[in-house]
Amino acid sequence: MTEGLNNLLGELFSHYPDAAILTQPQTAHLVIDGQQMLSRQTIPGVDIRSQESAGVITIQITVARGIQVENPIHTCIGLMKPHGSQHIRLQVKLEAHTSAHIIAHCIFPNAEKVRHVMESRVELGEGAELRHSEGHYHGPYGGIEVIPQAEVRVGSHARYFSDFSLTSGRVGKLQLDYRVVVEKQGVAEITTRVYGHGTDEIRIRDELILEGEDARGLIKSRIAVEDEATSAVIGVTHGKAAGARGHMDCKEIVRDRAVASAEPIVRVEHPQAMVTHEAAVGTVDQKQLETLMAHGLTPDEAVDVVISGLLR
Amino acid sequence: MVLLEVKGLTYSVRDKKPLSGLDLTVNEQEIHALLGANGAGKTTLANLIMGCGGYMPTAGEIRFQGQLITAMAIHERARLGITMAWQEPARFDGLSVGDYLSLGRAANTPADCLRRVGLEPAAYLGRALDKTLSGGERKRIELASLLALKPKLAILDEPDSGIDMLSLQEVVDVIKELQREGAAILLITHRQEIARIANRASLLCGGRLVMTDEPERVAERFRSRDCRTCDGETCHD
Repeated sequence: MTEGLNNLLGELFSHYPDAAILTQPQTAHLVIDGQQMLSRQTIPGVDIRSQESAGVITIQITVARGIQVENPIHTCIGLMKPHGSQHIRLQVKLEAHTSAHIIAHCIFPNAEKVRHVMESRVELGEGAELRHSEGHYHGPYGGIEVIPQAEVRVGSHARYFSDFSLTSGRVGKLQLDYRVVVEKQGVAEITTRVYGHGTDEIRIRDELILEGEDARGLIKSRIAVEDEATSAVIGVTHGKAAGARGHMDCKEIVRDRAVASAEPIVRVEHPQAMVTHEAAVGTVDQKQLETLMAHGLTPDEAVDVVISGLLR
Repeated sequence: MVLLEVKGLTYSVRDKKPLSGLDLTVNEQEIHALLGANGAGKTTLANLIMGCGGYMPTAGEIRFQGQLITAMAIHERARLGITMAWQEPARFDGLSVGDYLSLGRAANTPADCLRRVGLEPAAYLGRALDKTLSGGERKRIELASLLALKPKLAILDEPDSGIDMLSLQEVVDVIKELQREGAAILLITHRQEIARIANRASLLCGGRLVMTDEPERVAERFRSRDCRTCDGETCHD
């Protein structure tokens, strides 16, 4: 193992208790530090390729038709240096009737001035199912700019579940922009969980286009901001076909001098489609706090329980 | 022996007095029912005893085991052994039933407490304490949390609301079990079949405590008066 790989995996082990799974031969994985690919492992039915060109690393993950990938595919992408930039293009293709779980670990423990751009293009064939969990582990400095963008197409009868989590360390500046198109009887759920501190800036835009008949989708945002952090969440759902059902559920907890906003946009273009939304933005619920304090928790302990529950 | 003593408690909001000069005692290991029409001040009294936000007496005092607790925070009162189960218990995103029942200084195991309120631990310990639970399930979990905490005083604000008639006996059984384990219970209820299990009962009317006696006698007086239109001064003379 190279020193770079050791450093990145060492950091991963401190955040992710099951990190040892990366070393198992039946687990497909990819490890990248900065612009350098450190380790890659494919397994039968799962092809992983990467190439670097003009400062951009392109990663292609393809799951062959009919393959059910038993162990999650791990991608460990980070930057151990305090300064630098990283530009990744991730292309994920699940062919028809496949299933896979991709766990992406994004690790920037020392970031003082770092820019991380992740452009994803995800394509799910008919009846495919993808769970995509992306966990960010940032350091305490807040000097990071994270720009995750995703274009996702969920084929007919396919299912897509994405879970983006940035609750460890400072967020820095986050500009998340996901656009998911769902075809006939497809399902998409997009969950975003972020905890902002200091002067962190959180900008989230999730767009769900329920294009096919009986397509279903959920946008779920769970945000907490404290100190002087700001958060702006925009959820957009289009209901474009008969039987399409969409829902947006945004909860944001605001503390100290932090500022949060939620803007749901609903666009229904078919009389038999239905899109609903709910948003709760404000301080920690008083009744929740009092309930926990009646169990003997101090006000600070009670707030921690509520926020960690919200972001779980 | 007196566990909780409320003396001359008055609570004013602008020109209104939801509670006025109220005296109440709850003895150790006593079930004390609090009866009264809607708006009589029962929940306000419960909130004042627990120390909930926004409720600070304008006069009077509250003592617990002789210690003045009128200005204490909720968690400080909880650490003395007071807890409360709200009429509409809070729900929490991401907090499991098992986690909830382990909060604070839990004395009994979550699984045991769930069993005692008629819920199968395997089905409930990992469930989220959120809106996916029915009102009845949430109420039972709240009762289970009291069993977990083993408080000295449990304030139960209408533990029977949202519970079907068939389950009512189970609620009664849990309250009695809490008592057997050493707790005193201040039991706020509209149902006389629940109030009947109390050792004593008090009647609140228009923010005043108008009677403390055996539960049957208090219930009889509650039935015979029109408490909904009473100001607490005239109809119970």
